[in-house]
Amino acid sequence: MRRLRALVVRFAGMFGADRREREIGDELESHVQMHVDEGVRAGMTPEEARRDAILRLGGLEKVRQAYRERGTIPFFETLGQDLRFAMRQLRKSTGFAVTAVLTLALGFSASVAIFAFVDAALLKPLPYQNPATLMDVAIKTADYPRAAMSYLTYADFKRMNHSFRSLDVYTGIGYLLTTASGAEQVPGESVTDGFFRTLGIAPVLGRDFHSGEGLAKESHSVILSYGAWQRRYGGRSDVIGQVVSLSGTPYTIVGVMPASFEFAPRNDAEFWTPFYAESTGCDARRSCHYLLGVGRLKDGVTQMEARADMSTIAARLEAQYPSSNRGEGAAVVPLAEVIVGDARPILLILLGGAGLLLMIACVNVSSLLLVRSESRKREIAVRGALGASPARLNRQFVTEGVVLVLVSAMLGLAGAYGASRVMLGLISKEMMTRMPYLNGVGLNLRVLGFAALVAVFATVIFSLTPILRLSLSEVRGSEIQGGLSGAGRASSVLWRRLGANLVIVELAIAVVLLVGAGLLGKSLYRLLHVDLKFEPDHLATMQIALPEAVYSKPEQIVAGRRAIAARLAALPGVVSVGSTSMLPVSENVNVDWIRFVGRPYDGKHIEVNEREISANYFSTLNAGLLRGRQFKEGEDSTKPLVAIVNQALAKRYFPGQDPIGQRVGDPSLSPGSLKQIVGVVDDVHESSLDAAIGPTIYVPFEQEPGTYAEMVVRTSQPAEAMLPTLVSSVRQVDRRIGVSDESTMMLSIHESPTAYFHRSSAWLVGGFAVLALLMGSVGLYGVIAYSVSQRTREIGVRMALGAQRISVLQLILKEGSRLTVWGIGTGVVCSLGAGALLRSMLFGVKPWDLATLAGVAFVLALVSMLASYLPARRAASVNPVEALRAE
Amino acid sequence: VGDKSDVWQGTLALMVLKTIETMGPLHGYGIARRIEQTSGDLLSLNYGTLYPALLKLEQEGSISAEWGFSENNRKAKFYSLTSAGRRELAKAAENWEQTTAILARFLASTGGAA
Repeated sequence: MRRLRALVVRFAGMFGADRREREIGDELESHVQMHVDEGVRAGMTPEEARRDAILRLGGLEKVRQAYRERGTIPFFETLGQDLRFAMRQLRKSTGFAVTAVLTLALGFSASVAIFAFVDAALLKPLPYQNPATLMDVAIKTADYPRAAMSYLTYADFKRMNHSFRSLDVYTGIGYLLTTASGAEQVPGESVTDGFFRTLGIAPVLGRDFHSGEGLAKESHSVILSYGAWQRRYGGRSDVIGQVVSLSGTPYTIVGVMPASFEFAPRNDAEFWTPFYAESTGCDARRSCHYLLGVGRLKDGVTQMEARADMSTIAARLEAQYPSSNRGEGAAVVPLAEVIVGDARPILLILLGGAGLLLMIACVNVSSLLLVRSESRKREIAVRGALGASPARLNRQFVTEGVVLVLVSAMLGLAGAYGASRVMLGLISKEMMTRMPYLNGVGLNLRVLGFAALVAVFATVIFSLTPILRLSLSEVRGSEIQGGLSGAGRASSVLWRRLGANLVIVELAIAVVLLVGAGLLGKSLYRLLHVDLKFEPDHLATMQIALPEAVYSKPEQIVAGRRAIAARLAALPGVVSVGSTSMLPVSENVNVDWIRFVGRPYDGKHIEVNEREISANYFSTLNAGLLRGRQFKEGEDSTKPLVAIVNQALAKRYFPGQDPIGQRVGDPSLSPGSLKQIVGVVDDVHESSLDAAIGPTIYVPFEQEPGTYAEMVVRTSQPAEAMLPTLVSSVRQVDRRIGVSDESTMMLSIHESPTAYFHRSSAWLVGGFAVLALLMGSVGLYGVIAYSVSQRTREIGVRMALGAQRISVLQLILKEGSRLTVWGIGTGVVCSLGAGALLRSMLFGVKPWDLATLAGVAFVLALVSMLASYLPARRAASVNPVEALRAE
Repeated sequence: VGDKSDVWQGTLALMVLKTIETMGPLHGYGIARRIEQTSGDLLSLNYGTLYPALLKLEQEGSISAEWGFSENNRKAKFYSLTSAGRRELAKAAENWEQTTAILARFLASTGGAA
């Protein structure tokens, strides 16, 4: 308590130094006076008495010093002095301070922002109970490392395994929900009843599914997602027990999941219903794959053991059911790996890049510190000569390093926060749904810890640089007279070489990143301008879903879809209306196995894309018909079955022949499946933007009517503006029809995962490239400026001997260009290698794209010239008289 | 600040407190002289160490200081004991007596055995 009080008083004492000095002065004065009085009384002369008094005190100044130290806290006192001095120093050289702080802040924010993502995706555990023992269970085939399994396979897995305490499956399902604005399609998820218990998450309201709840078909219970509860039911607690009609079937709401619940494979699901296995249809067939599993390992069972166990079962099933299960292995991987999946390598690469950037930033700031320490040699030498101990001087350097890092770290943290917000903004909503863990990106304790670590690391570097460079032994003596000792000269040359080589590396990295960004940017451009073989602009699209309860017979479906098309076509501004089962460039896959009549068949699957389209689909798309005819209106199942193939199919399976009139069917050529090819259409881009066009077969939807369809509407006005009218028109036909995903073709193309992937990689690499370019030019500036500071005397001599300013300018610029040429050369060679690595991400661009390389080299040369021009101009403006006199 | 001077500081503080208690408000010079006299001139006090020690006691709230005039009409800073200082003195004196008593007994018994 007393100590604390004393500490507080001493701390406060830091701000009352003047008064305290006066007090002790007065007190000592009176002490000496009284001592002298007494001495004189005892017969001494006043002089003798005074000497005795001071002697007994042990020296006035010494007492004052001891008093001073007791009056404040010397450590903080010195710190305060050093801080004030450091701030004054930084303010005096604003250019240095701003450059150093910005450079460091850039490296800091890039690495911290990326680390925040790495933390959210890779370090933070999944929000389930004991996530380490949760496994993703699926099957694997030669082509797919993780694929859905059939219900019967799941049942066998569940029954026969010895590794899992529980094993549950889930599958996506779309529900038609009647809302105030009409029928709406909402995502749902069908899960086995133990699903939530396996994850270890309980509903926040109501109850979980009972064990065995999915066994009875008539038990229609549903659990709401938190979002659905808030949005659709206003978060009311009396929602439990209410009945909701999902696709025409009444379900009783039994529970609500907590807000924190997320399930990345299907995070947008609003209605969770218990899975019920039918005894016929898909669930009875082992070839019908649509379930993915999640299992909780038994205590003590490792994932290796579980994998081996499941593989054994899969092998047994293969032997038992060769026709359906051949080639099906078991895939058991930690759930976290599946959820984070593709993000992991990207994030690690980014983290590596950010780390590199941070290193470069540190090197740059160190080299700037070196430049500055040159001009401070004299100051250091003088302070040393005046009695400052090496420890005291080093302490000053450390303080300056800390100030630099602290200021940069503050800016850097703010920058990191901004950067992570911007990066999150770049992520589309759909991507966010698939990566719910990214909602956790933020400056949490782990991220702040990382930032602190980086700050400490940077402080050490920045404190050590001047300490090593300005070690007293070297500076003292030699510097006061001017001129460098031999050892000093040698070490400064070493520093210069090191700095120069580092700058070459920096410039090379900048070249590599710029080339990468250029190539990716060009790929993106090519990708968005790929010839789709149809006209994507002025096309509005939307998905419609006819309620199966109402539209149960094929004729009803055809009639319903015709009515919709007719209603849309009648709208002003609509040019034509078509429909398909799957939009072009949508990246969804729907394949069919076919076989050609009258050709040898070796049993190998002929896999083609299959689309059911309306008669005027191609004319709506403006896709070219190459041969034969289009489908006709009213060409329904009462007419002979027909098909149109695309050019890719014609080329692959009918090379040099006319496919018109040929017949195709299913692999067993069952009579009901035989269709005649009546036309060949141009290769409409059915697959993703960067994929080759696969063989595709089109059939009239009226011959295979489905309740789901994609409407394609060509408009004369901007398509986007038409969307609300189009949606309400469909609802006017029948309020029970679900309309969703209304969009335009152009928007879908730009937002497609492929375009998205290319765009985000181009932006990310581009961002890094710009940072690297900045860093490289700062580094170059630092090295040239250091060199100029070292050569001031030489330049002075040259100019005194008659060298023109322009030749001095050239001298320095030549030094800069030498480094630049080396940097660009190395960078170009490296980017050829890096381009080869990027090959899989490039589209329509060669890794050695000359225009990109030349452009990058030009930009870099320009920026480098500017960076070395600044110190060169300073060198050229050296006054020879002063340069020589100063030394 | 090593162990030795800590002990010295501690004893000096105790002497200062005791002196002020006995003499009433007193200036630095007076305290120094009084300590020397009381010790029977066995202690040679470096007067300079007294002032940081007084400052420390003041910071800890055991004494308070006020400017006044000495018997010879010299301006001087007078230190007086606060109530906290009185308590502190009592505690420290008791501690010290205990310590010396234990040490004395210890030395006596060891001496007897030898």
